[in-house]
Amino acid sequence: MDAHVLHHPRKENFWTKWVFSQDHKMISRQYLNTAVIMAVIAMMMSTFFRLQLAWPGQSFPILETFLGKWAKGGILDPNMYLGLVTIHGTIMVFFVLTGGLSGTFSNLLIPLQVGARDMASPFLNMLSVWFFFASTAIMMVSLFVEAGPASAGWTIYPPLSALDKAMPGSGLGMDLWIISMAIFIVSALLGGLNYVITVLNLRTKGMSMTRLPLTVWAFLVTAILGILSFPVLFAAALLLLFDRHFGTSFYLSDIFIGGAPLNQTGGSPILFQHLFWFLGHPEVYIVILPALGITSEIIATNARKPIFGYKAMILSILIIGFLSFVVWGHHMFVTGMNPFLGSVFTFTTLLVAIPSAVKVFNYLATLWRGNLRFTPAMLFAIGLVSSFITGGLTGLILGDSALDINVHDTYFVVAHFHIVMGMSAIFGMFAGVYHWFPKLYGRMMNNSMGYIHFWGTVVSVYGVFFPMHFLGLAGVPRRYYANTAYPLFDDFISLNEWITFFAILGAIFQGVFLFNYFYSMFRGRKAEQNPWKGNTLEWTTPVEPLHGNWPGAIPEVHRWPYDYSKPGKTDDFVPQTIPLTRDEKEGH
Amino acid sequence: MNPAIILERKTAWRGGVSPFNVSFGKLFMWFFLVSDALTFAGILTAYGFLRHKYAHVWPVSGDIFVHFPFTHAHLPLAYVGLMTFILIMSSVTMVLAVEAGHRMNKKGVVLWLGLTILGGFFFLLSQVWEWSVFITGTSGGTAVDIFKDGRWVKEIFHGANLIRNEYGHPLYGDFFFFITGFHGFHVFSGVVINIITLKMAVKNVFAKRGHYEWVEKTGLYWHFVDLVWVFVFTFFYLL
Repeated sequence: MDAHVLHHPRKENFWTKWVFSQDHKMISRQYLNTAVIMAVIAMMMSTFFRLQLAWPGQSFPILETFLGKWAKGGILDPNMYLGLVTIHGTIMVFFVLTGGLSGTFSNLLIPLQVGARDMASPFLNMLSVWFFFASTAIMMVSLFVEAGPASAGWTIYPPLSALDKAMPGSGLGMDLWIISMAIFIVSALLGGLNYVITVLNLRTKGMSMTRLPLTVWAFLVTAILGILSFPVLFAAALLLLFDRHFGTSFYLSDIFIGGAPLNQTGGSPILFQHLFWFLGHPEVYIVILPALGITSEIIATNARKPIFGYKAMILSILIIGFLSFVVWGHHMFVTGMNPFLGSVFTFTTLLVAIPSAVKVFNYLATLWRGNLRFTPAMLFAIGLVSSFITGGLTGLILGDSALDINVHDTYFVVAHFHIVMGMSAIFGMFAGVYHWFPKLYGRMMNNSMGYIHFWGTVVSVYGVFFPMHFLGLAGVPRRYYANTAYPLFDDFISLNEWITFFAILGAIFQGVFLFNYFYSMFRGRKAEQNPWKGNTLEWTTPVEPLHGNWPGAIPEVHRWPYDYSKPGKTDDFVPQTIPLTRDEKEGH
Repeated sequence: MNPAIILERKTAWRGGVSPFNVSFGKLFMWFFLVSDALTFAGILTAYGFLRHKYAHVWPVSGDIFVHFPFTHAHLPLAYVGLMTFILIMSSVTMVLAVEAGHRMNKKGVVLWLGLTILGGFFFLLSQVWEWSVFITGTSGGTAVDIFKDGRWVKEIFHGANLIRNEYGHPLYGDFFFFITGFHGFHVFSGVVINIITLKMAVKNVFAKRGHYEWVEKTGLYWHFVDLVWVFVFTFFYLL
């Protein structure tokens, strides 16, 4: 098998090292750095539209500096407001939390933790990161389209997305959005195929499925979800393109423009929502599962305790993965859905609470009376558990059709998914970066800056999203440019100012992370081989990464990865490569 | 005996070899096909969704596809049935090509792969013919609603395109072109891949490699394309 043949060291030039690299560790870095840039852009967009929401119609010269004609005199243009909301969501969901999170950590950790020289197909892996980069580039280009970028929201519901005259962003901007997303789907497919096949086929000797670290289990299920759900979005996007350019009417019906009926009639916009959310809901778990996997690993390592309920964790990942395909209707309770069908989706949705609660309780049980080391990674992992609970509780409200109808499309929904999916997943990503920085760059990140970053972030993120629950319960609708037309909402304007204050504060604290990240990349303290005293295989590789991962033979695995503080051992950790002694039982 | 070794033997699969005993190349193809199947599932579900909405006026395929090349006979679904048969037969020849590959029989591979390609070409050309008949329409045509100068008027229209359809609801035409077009694109890619494979077989690439696994992988794709057609044929033409 080609991937098992150790590549002979050869002279590398700039191109083979940085662009045409097929080394999974380099590809992981390429994913991460692209995602970091994308995250900064999307975060800036969110502060821009937060300014408008807190002080509607006021002039902010900084907006004109960044947005030019879209903020003449410093006042944000309403169309651009929608464009910013749309692109912020798209970048965060797809480029940062899907491509960035899965792409970075699946690529880095799968081969290292299963004991493989590289991915099953390094070439397709390289193509995957190229397609990812191309799709982000096209999305960026769409920002400079004369009429503005796609503005129909990240869910691009037709008819806004299907008719190029629906709104300014529905023209070329929308086309570029679809093209970018199609390329992204190809990238996700190539990456996902690689992850699944590497996990299934390239595990080292002794690495049975029940000895895999939970990170790898999470990445495996995530990749399978992607393989199953993204093609449906692809089908939906193809049908949408036909509606846009070839006069079909899959999604269009009974539309009047300027009093005149549209020639395209007979279709159903609800069809798009079904197809979209069949992707869209698994997508939520594609975002959160890798973060949960990373958290499992980091909590066990830093609590110096075996993860509580290893098999229950695997089972809950699998059940969450399965349930994610049968709950999409809960995004559509207000589409005129048959109430009986609504109650079926309510039932399946609430079932998700069971495996999620299993995971949360297992995290807490692992932390319980552990010998905790509060590294920045550990803090972010615990932060994830916190936000996963907070966001999960509002999920119960939104999953119930009777309750959801009251708060649908309000800030309650915005608060819910930003906490449970945005905040949790990005916390998992931060935790992963802090924890595996030694494997990414061979250096350590600065701890003090890490602490400042964590506390600043956790306070400001809760400061932003917690008050939104109250806005939503009062009925403030999401995606509105301004709520000044409704005297009812005047009471909330000061709350909006606070939210914006915390949003800007949070953005400033991300500056600490960025500085830490780039500074440590070049100037950070040199890492030891196993700085966190972890058990998994990646800590057996040399500090200076090499293509092929291990200079000699691939290590053999003799035990599960969570032998921390095992009774009768001198060290409080036993790496997976150490054979079981004569009368030692394998711990589970 | 060392208990560690006993423990190792107990586990069903100890790593280092593949769990399904297939190479990762074949596993790649399997998972790709799963993904592609979901694309088709999405499209066919969309078709079912909208057809259900117009169940009472949905055209009957048996009334539309009644032509047979070089005759004027009225043969409902006969030609598309023949196309289906040829496509399934091309799957059979593909199996034989794969089987010949297992025996390292180059001549067999070339022969059966060549016949598979012929079958694929026949299907593609037939589809071109069927599309042209569908687009041209009947000589009489039918009065359909056309939006002109701000109002709907009845006008005689022949055949079908993505906007109008003389046979009934326009969505029927939309889905006909979209689904058979998307499937036809898959057949076309399959034929191209098969031709490349044939060329590699002729040039002894596989003989030098010592195995014909590449033919198996192309075979998987080709069977998938045929299988999808069975679903399209069932849901679009028969039901």
